Amino acid sequence: MAPTPTVDAEGAPQASAPEPRSAVRRRRKRALYESIPTHHYALIAVISLAVLFLLWLFISTRGLVNTLFLPTPMEVWQATVTWQSDGTMLLDTKDSVIRILLGFAISSAIAIPVGIFMGVSKRVEAAVEPPVDFIRYMPAVAFIPLTLIWFGTDEIQKIVILFIGVFFQEVLLIMDHVKVVPRQYVEMGYTLGFTRWQVIRRVVFRSAAPGIVDTLRICMGWAWTYLVVVELVGANSGLGFRIQSAQRYLDTPTILAGIIWIGILGLTFDFAFKAFYNKAFPYMKRGR
Amino acid sequence: MADLLHIDHVSKSFEQRKGDAHLVLDSIDLTLGEGEFVSLLGASGCGKSTLLRIVAGLEVPSDGVVWLDGHEIVAPGRDRGMVFQQYTLYPWLTAKRNVEFALVDTPKKERPEIAAEYLEVVGLSDFADHFPSQLSGGMQQRVAIARALALRPRVMLMDEPFGALDAQTRGLMQELLLSIWERDRLSVLFVTHDVEESLILSDRVCVLGARPGRVREIVNVDLPRPRVYELRDSAEFITLKHHVHSLIHDEAVKATGLGNVLARGGYS
Repeated sequence: MAPTPTVDAEGAPQASAPEPRSAVRRRRKRALYESIPTHHYALIAVISLAVLFLLWLFISTRGLVNTLFLPTPMEVWQATVTWQSDGTMLLDTKDSVIRILLGFAISSAIAIPVGIFMGVSKRVEAAVEPPVDFIRYMPAVAFIPLTLIWFGTDEIQKIVILFIGVFFQEVLLIMDHVKVVPRQYVEMGYTLGFTRWQVIRRVVFRSAAPGIVDTLRICMGWAWTYLVVVELVGANSGLGFRIQSAQRYLDTPTILAGIIWIGILGLTFDFAFKAFYNKAFPYMKRGR
Repeated sequence: MADLLHIDHVSKSFEQRKGDAHLVLDSIDLTLGEGEFVSLLGASGCGKSTLLRIVAGLEVPSDGVVWLDGHEIVAPGRDRGMVFQQYTLYPWLTAKRNVEFALVDTPKKERPEIAAEYLEVVGLSDFADHFPSQLSGGMQQRVAIARALALRPRVMLMDEPFGALDAQTRGLMQELLLSIWERDRLSVLFVTHDVEESLILSDRVCVLGARPGRVREIVNVDLPRPRVYELRDSAEFITLKHHVHSLIHDEAVKATGLGNVLARGGYS
């Protein structure tokens, strides 16, 4: 890099003058919260995943552990192909996705209005929050034996567990998003002549909507966990059932194939939520 | 002349603990004539915002009545256009849609035209499709003013609308508001703690004392209109400013409880 010649007061260039500033290569430290270009972000993400994969490949192929405990990526791929070729993968996926969508939709359809009313009304909050808190601390999976007695291995049993696992968390998070709606938005709505109902619908809900969608995205992750647990314990189909039956034959490649597939499905749902968020709330600028 | 707005012996107290009421406003009497610009000026904690909120219908007075066009104010309504200091616009709506949002009484087809008209008034036609997060603080307040104007309210209620802006922008916003006021002869009730701001804008300045808020003095501002920026350097303006400053200063010392501290330093 050519040093720029400094110029003295008279305007004559001083070519041979020492340049202490430019001589030192100053490297700026990475600032906290610094934003980076999207392709940098993607590159780092890909490297991170690749490292994880290579680590797995290395450990499993070098005989560091028994492949019965940790199968190689090739074995897992082979198990996936077998699983897929007889059509059971599609059926398992379909059953699980229907369960999760139903359980999640029912939970959310109730949690969103209830959470909103809890957020705007102390009276509703006082009536609903104590029981919700109480049930929230009961582990959802502990209800599995009881629900099996009530409903057998019927689909309803799965949906009830999903509901217990998701709803009671969801409703409180939604309430919190509603509580932090700036009061000025509400008061502005009143001064525009809106009724209480119009304020809730047109102002409170709209203001809390990005937070609510984020809550749904996070709760969807929990729903996957509860779904698999409930399928592990008492189901005749689904991804959890497939993993559980593979365990009976010490078929670890299929177990891992199932786990990874669930991860990919979960990631897909998450991505869909994020895409919806960006589409629906273009005014929310998200720091990357 | 019949007064447009009549604040009639309004008191407000907030209950603190059981039975222990804290008096914020003590029997305030104030009128606002048609086309008049009146400021409520006072140190923080004097209850000036509370008084404005009572007029807006967002708070209920403990005693007294506010009359608008001879009707008692009991609830918020579209006959009063409100401009807050912060969070004034809905972030999920563009500038244009924010203005349209207020026009619920207007047929849907006519809304865009009216919104465009008032964005033009505040000089933001080119930013109609921007979201509030893409606008500067001053621009956001201009949209808020456009929205309040679009309602064609009987009175504009402004609660320190320029309080969060930098000094430069604030000056320009005052000029803008003055030009709109002179064009449309709005009736404005304007809350501020800025002495210069209240004098440059108002016909009358209602100086409120603190704890509890009482009308200390209603200062007539007989400065020529249209008012220009240079007016701030005129002798009349400076005299008025000194007068109002001294009223405010005593009240501020009282309100902050800094009297002893300042005396120690040999001040005042």
